[in-house]
Amino acid sequence: MSAKVLIADDESNIVVSLSFMMKREGFDVLVARDGLEALGLIRRERPRLVLLDVMMPGMNGFDVCEAVRADAELRDTRILMLTAKGRDADRARGIGAGANAYVTKPFSTRDLVAKIRDTMS
Amino acid sequence: MMAPGAALAAWLLLGGLAMRATLDEAARGALASLIDSHGALVFGWWLVAGGLGAWAAARLYDAHVADPARLADAARLAARDPEAPALAAAWPGGATRALARAVDELADQRRALRSEMSRMVDEASRKVALERDQLGALMAELNQSVIVCNLEGRILLYNGRARALFRNLSQAPDSAGGAELIGLGRSIHAVIEPAPIAHAREAIERRISRGETAAASQFVTATPGGGLLQVRVAPVRSAADANAMSGFVLLIDDITEDYADLSRRDRQLVRLTEACRASLASMQAAIDMLDYPDLSTGEREGFQAVVRDEVAILSGRLADLAADASDDLLTRWPLQEMLGADLATAAARRIETKAGRPVAGMEIDEALWLRVDSFALAEALAFLALRLARPDLTLRLARAGARAYLDLAWPASELSESPPRLHGEPMDFGDGPSALTPRDVAERHGGEVWLEHDRARGLSFFRFLLPLALDRDTEETPAERPEYYDFDLFAASDAARALDERRLDELAFTVFDTETTGLDPAGGDEILQLGAVRIVNGRLLRGERFEQLVDPGRSIPEASIPFHGIRPEMVRGQPRIGEVLAAFHAFAADTVLVGHNVAFDMRFLQLKEAATGIRFAQPVLDTLLLANVAQPDEASYALEAIAARLGVAVSGRHSAASDARTTAQVFLKLLPLLREREIATLGDARAAAKDSYYSRLRY
Repeated sequence: MSAKVLIADDESNIVVSLSFMMKREGFDVLVARDGLEALGLIRRERPRLVLLDVMMPGMNGFDVCEAVRADAELRDTRILMLTAKGRDADRARGIGAGANAYVTKPFSTRDLVAKIRDTMS
Repeated sequence: MMAPGAALAAWLLLGGLAMRATLDEAARGALASLIDSHGALVFGWWLVAGGLGAWAAARLYDAHVADPARLADAARLAARDPEAPALAAAWPGGATRALARAVDELADQRRALRSEMSRMVDEASRKVALERDQLGALMAELNQSVIVCNLEGRILLYNGRARALFRNLSQAPDSAGGAELIGLGRSIHAVIEPAPIAHAREAIERRISRGETAAASQFVTATPGGGLLQVRVAPVRSAADANAMSGFVLLIDDITEDYADLSRRDRQLVRLTEACRASLASMQAAIDMLDYPDLSTGEREGFQAVVRDEVAILSGRLADLAADASDDLLTRWPLQEMLGADLATAAARRIETKAGRPVAGMEIDEALWLRVDSFALAEALAFLALRLARPDLTLRLARAGARAYLDLAWPASELSESPPRLHGEPMDFGDGPSALTPRDVAERHGGEVWLEHDRARGLSFFRFLLPLALDRDTEETPAERPEYYDFDLFAASDAARALDERRLDELAFTVFDTETTGLDPAGGDEILQLGAVRIVNGRLLRGERFEQLVDPGRSIPEASIPFHGIRPEMVRGQPRIGEVLAAFHAFAADTVLVGHNVAFDMRFLQLKEAATGIRFAQPVLDTLLLANVAQPDEASYALEAIAARLGVAVSGRHSAASDARTTAQVFLKLLPLLREREIATLGDARAAAKDSYYSRLRY
């Protein structure tokens, strides 16, 4: 069974490309359009990896990340924050909230794939 | 004369009797016969000797006792009165004449010294007055709010802009034009919290003690209305000891808007950056996907659609931002307010220098004020004139709605030549070439420049569309220069002397008057108008006055209108008494209240105390009673009568403010008269007025 990945982002234009790429990389792709939906899917589907956007309606990415890290059963979930918030303070907050990696948009997909492999290993 | 003579005769008689007692009968008879025959001779001889002795004694007395005493009196007179006549001229002679001459010499010397001294004092005060005027003029011209305080925080000096700043920040009704906040002798702490000022002063003192020359400090403070003030504090060092502060200067900027702009721009920037990143990420990812060789046509088109979509989104964002930012750029470019005629003159001069020939004429709207970068504009016009190279150029300036047209015009030629698009060409700017075009210059003003043809008038012209100056503050140029400065306050101290012991000429007074609907406050009459002026250190401050119409909340009796001239429509929309009294209370803070027949006005104020909670607890003086003390035997103590007696011109119609002003002038004239009657302190004046009040009651 291939590993599950959740893509949580409210911008469909990036979700299209990311999910296409992740499928090509052999993942089983789930998509969430906002923070609450993302948290629900993480709890139900237990994806190995979450590509998490910060700015989402409802619950933002930081909050989702904190909620996941607060839940011992979700301990193994790898979180890669993928966001347009590029200030040092944002990066620090993302890592502080428990993200395994923090990638600032825009990014090259090749680098992203490399980073995903690092995170998964 | 009689007493010494009688004493001498008695002594002689006593001597005769004593001699007679020692003689026997025979000798007595011989002496009697001897006296009968030679007595007259002996008596006469003795009389002459006695007279000579008396004369000699009188001469000696005159020379050694009377003359010196006279001289002492004359010298004393000369010491008191420098104009006293010289002594020696009127001196009869004798030993003391030389002394009189010496006294005269001393008196002459003293006169010379005194006149030299008064000349120097005059000169020094003239210099000080000049410096003060220069400083006053400089401060008035400054674009920044400046306030000078002594160490206790009392205001010694401020400029109109400082007052306008705090007036704008104040939420009170505009009765005193900000004078209730910023005024000579008032405390700066009414408008700025003491803590940050104390903090800044500590920092300054630390720097001074370290020997730093630039020992200014600054802080940002919030106003009660939510504004932000940036305050720079610089020390006023005392002349005697450069390390001691004798006061401080506050330079104040209202940065509320700057700050709001800045944070707005900051937010905009962050939003834009994040939006760009998101869009770029979507595009980048989509483009990366297009690299996969085995995409289906549908997938390929999908990713291409993503790119197109994001490009459109990004363009839209940029367009919004540009529209927003152009307003900001406009306000940030340093444009000065300038009279249009001055701009045209400057441009004409620049054109003549640069193009080598003068403009042929100017048609200028003299009244227009513009907001311009005059240097860049003059350069742009000169550049156009140089390239047009015509002898028949004219400059025209006219208003166009909320903007102005500045035209460089020339007669349109018969040929339908296509005129050069000069206004888009880079021009020589100042000394060297620059990338700036006349169009850039116009855009800097938030305006435009274009080439227009007026066929009807046969004119072609380059037209600059320029911003007008913001509405000019007319009230900043009062007829008389207001007394914004009073350096005497440097010497004033907050020493905890009881007010009663303070001298009248060093106290601050608020002289006020009210106009009312009638004479019976308890029966429902109300205040219609409140006017007041301030006296500080014996000077009437013309620039600091309080004037406010009041909505009485009742009708105005027709019969009272001739007295106060206030018609119902004048008080419509005016503040109610509670609001006005609050403002007046602030205006009158820390001063002694003065009024004419002031008990009447105080009664109105006191009756409002319960409703408003505003209490006027300061000492009160009445010019009516004081005039009664100073000039006890006059028939009338009406304000006009006293004013006429004291030579105070009664100006203006009967209004609260003009009456307050007249009262203040009368009060100032009364002060020296009171001083002559040994009434120098506030306590003296209050006691005297009280006596006078009771004496009036008795009549």
